[in-house]
Amino acid sequence: MEVGQMQRRLVDYTKSLFMEGFLDGQFLQLQQLQDESNPDFVVEVVSLFFDDSEKLLNDLTMALDQPNVDFKKVDAHVHQLKGSSSSIGAQRVKNACIAFRNFCEEQNIEACLRCLQQVKQEYYLVKNKLETLFRLEQQIVAAGGSIPLMEMGL
Amino acid sequence: MVLGKGASSSLSRKMVDGAEDMVSNCNDFTVLVVDDDPVIRKLHDMHLKKFGLSAQVVENGKTAVDLCHFGATFNLILMDKEMPIMDGVEATKELRAMGVNSLIVGVTSRDSQYETQAFMEAGLDFCFEKPLTADKISFILQELNKKN
Repeated sequence: MEVGQMQRRLVDYTKSLFMEGFLDGQFLQLQQLQDESNPDFVVEVVSLFFDDSEKLLNDLTMALDQPNVDFKKVDAHVHQLKGSSSSIGAQRVKNACIAFRNFCEEQNIEACLRCLQQVKQEYYLVKNKLETLFRLEQQIVAAGGSIPLMEMGL
Repeated sequence: MVLGKGASSSLSRKMVDGAEDMVSNCNDFTVLVVDDDPVIRKLHDMHLKKFGLSAQVVENGKTAVDLCHFGATFNLILMDKEMPIMDGVEATKELRAMGVNSLIVGVTSRDSQYETQAFMEAGLDFCFEKPLTADKISFILQELNKKN
């Protein structure tokens, strides 16, 4: 596949992530921060998000598995996940966290467990999508091309 | 200028033109970022780098208070609200009580207006929803320039 085709594929793929609500404008902010002196910034921040989220999801699973659930602790973890997902533009994860927090407030264990499943699902989906995105970018760079700037009418 | 509505290269150029003045004015500003989330710390640090600033970065309010207690001074402190050990509200109160008169900007998730109010009353100069964006940082630096 030649570079022009790869670039078009990347642009279409990225656009679809925005259309389907996986990413929002905050992700564009990340891309705008990347430059020649920090060429891997987006990958670095997103990798940090992956590590952070996996730890938080583990902590949440354990916290909800206790005989006496500490809802304050659960809420604190969800709050942090909400913050970091919104900061990289992972919109669906963020929205799942917002719903989760409402049920923490109600101290509804069943609903919280359902929310945790939902958050995990959204997280793995967006992780998969972003990893694909980065792979497409790497292919372009390896073929000697440059990553096209996103122009979005958001 | 409305950021977040497009990442066209002309928009980026516009931002850099405005930022040049900002950089020449604020190369000497010292900044402290206080946040328990490593993703936010890295993001805010990078935003500040873009304006020619390098920040010291700590994980909770107590560390921030200890730093200032031992004599560190900062022109700008970006303070997260919810952190373990000592949260942003407590830390801001303590810093103001210590006589710290840095520009302190609170950074919160979309909490209730009541909680934001309580955070402001602890002694903040401004409070923004997280994460900070380029135009919010721009605004903060303008305020910093005015103050110094």
